[in-house]
Amino acid sequence: MGNLLDNFRFAALPAATDVFRAEVKAFLREHLVGMPADVRSRSWMGFDADFSCKLAARGWLGLTLPKRFGGADLDDYSRFVLVEELLAAGAPVAAHWIADRQSGPLIHKYGTDAQRAFYLPRICAAQAFFCIGMSEPNAGSDLAAVGTRATRGATGWRLNGRKIWTTNGHRCHYTIALVRSSGTQEDRHKGLSQFIVDLSLPGVSVRPIVDLTGDAHFSEMLFDNVELADDALVGTEGQGWEQVTAELVSERSGPERIYSSIVLLDRWMEWLRHAKGNDLKDEHVAAIGRFAAHLSTLRHMSITTTSKLVAGESPLVEAALVKDIGTAFEQEIPAMIETFVGEDPAAIMDPDLLRSLAFVSLIAPTFSLRGGTREILRGMIARGLGLR
Amino acid sequence: MFAQAIESIFKDHCTPQTVRSIDAGASADALYAAIADAGFLELLAAEADGGAGATMQELFPVLSLCGAYAVPLPLAQTLAARLLASTHADLPSGAITIAPALVERGGELVCPQVPCARVAAHVIAAKANALWLLPVATARVDAIVPGSLAATLRWSMSDGVQLRSAMPASSLAALGAVLHAAMLSGACKRVFDMTLQYGNDRLQFGKSIGKFQAVQHQLSLMAEHVAAASIAAQAAFDCGARAPSLLASAVAKSRTSEAAQVVSSIAHSVHGAIGVTAEYDLQLFTRRLHEWRVAHGSEAHWNRLLGEAALNSGEALLTDFVRGVVA
Repeated sequence: MGNLLDNFRFAALPAATDVFRAEVKAFLREHLVGMPADVRSRSWMGFDADFSCKLAARGWLGLTLPKRFGGADLDDYSRFVLVEELLAAGAPVAAHWIADRQSGPLIHKYGTDAQRAFYLPRICAAQAFFCIGMSEPNAGSDLAAVGTRATRGATGWRLNGRKIWTTNGHRCHYTIALVRSSGTQEDRHKGLSQFIVDLSLPGVSVRPIVDLTGDAHFSEMLFDNVELADDALVGTEGQGWEQVTAELVSERSGPERIYSSIVLLDRWMEWLRHAKGNDLKDEHVAAIGRFAAHLSTLRHMSITTTSKLVAGESPLVEAALVKDIGTAFEQEIPAMIETFVGEDPAAIMDPDLLRSLAFVSLIAPTFSLRGGTREILRGMIARGLGLR
Repeated sequence: MFAQAIESIFKDHCTPQTVRSIDAGASADALYAAIADAGFLELLAAEADGGAGATMQELFPVLSLCGAYAVPLPLAQTLAARLLASTHADLPSGAITIAPALVERGGELVCPQVPCARVAAHVIAAKANALWLLPVATARVDAIVPGSLAATLRWSMSDGVQLRSAMPASSLAALGAVLHAAMLSGACKRVFDMTLQYGNDRLQFGKSIGKFQAVQHQLSLMAEHVAAASIAAQAAFDCGARAPSLLASAVAKSRTSEAAQVVSSIAHSVHGAIGVTAEYDLQLFTRRLHEWRVAHGSEAHWNRLLGEAALNSGEALLTDFVRGVVA
């Protein structure tokens, strides 16, 4: 029962990743010039297809995929380094983010040779952007309640239903949808399958949804008698739940569960150095020190999870644990900076800092919603502890 | 391998009853002898000095066990004294503790709130850029909190001898802190295990309280902080140097101290009234969580140091500063 915590054994990044990190830093210095902090604060929600193409040209999309598919054939430690540097810099990575993180690895793991040969090179070339087809109006935390249905026809499948809260659905080429392919909702985890849906097919309509910051980062996807070919099914019919569980490990285990607010924190520190200079207060310094202690620890926890991926394990519960504590850190950053920014009503604040703060403060609640809510994750940890 | 051997000694000689009686003022001599007779005090001494020459990675689980068993002796400090003295022969026999600070007040040398002072024979303290060895026997010992082994010690200005040291005196503060970080991580884990067990055993409304979602979420949150404390402390000891670095020690002590508060709070919340009784063992560990959180600087102290280091580092990205914090 204590085994879960015994799994948190310190692991360090291999020294060889330092060379790769220097290459990534050089690339970012060249390609991320002059982006204001509030734009960089979009972090993994910032969509820029041109930037994704540049990364692809550098060979850094599909980093862990084999070279014969256009990947870089590097391990998850290298992917950790790439993701860490991209997020620390505030690079706009959303266009390729899902395909690179989970759709590509999913197709590589469960797809047919033909599916791999078709999709993976396109993912690695930034020609195929994917979104996640999981949530529905009546299936949020209770993902097994999905009602979108694929019905087998004479040839292929017919898809009906809808997905919602789909990040960048209106800007992507494909979604991998978790749908019911047999049985009823009472069958729960049985009878679910995953399909790759080309979002340009007749019967698909995608509507962007404007969020509270004014962005339209997510969307609703409607499927009205969409005709899918046989090869739209990915993996095994009826094994959708097992596949989506594996996919969620990729979704939860990465460093983005630590770094979502990091651009804001660095921007605030820059402001303190320049505007405050020698007039820094103890509480500012202590807050930065606390964030540093937490970031250092979370980073080591995330590298520990990465070491499990490298060892071929599927650290489902460890990833849930790191995500829950990591998103708490991400949410404390805007909460703390907001109180400091308002400590002097007469101060003329840097508008770039204020815009960054406003964006992160408003979007921060989503950090502990997407990829599994706090409550779902804590339930998973409790199960890992043997309490359920 | 060291950890397994020392754990078997703790299991036999450092039971909760031992801890309880030594905390209450009984002699710690038998426990000290059991550890010394097994040769464990020389864990960090060089092999040339007849020691085991253990690495920092090998030391960590031993320190963590000192926390997990609430060892009522300055064992971590006595082990670490072998790192501080340049010659093994310079160290006296008996338990040695480390003073978080030494100040001159009212014509006396004062070491405030020295952990395990009541069960130590000597204290190592930093004075004027040198390490000093001070005998507890000649000190005025002012116990502070009932049941705590910590005490404030006062000597005449001429007391003590300078220690020929293998490490700069300025590194003593971080060493004391990082030893406590490792002990905090072990104590957090022990408190977590006790709380999880209690959650499974205690029945209310016809089922284990651990079956209630509200309790499960508390235990999950507790597990997160225990894992964070453990990783933060382990990271500091993942070094090839003689001792953990200043900044890695600062991270470790800050993060474990912050976790200690959360872990103690949830442990007592889940245990209910039995948890705050003297009779039940939980208090042996949660009292130490609070004492060690404060000892050698709480997170308030180390966060300021870390914050200044980050702001003055010249790194534009906090990520790069943090990456540079190596053990």
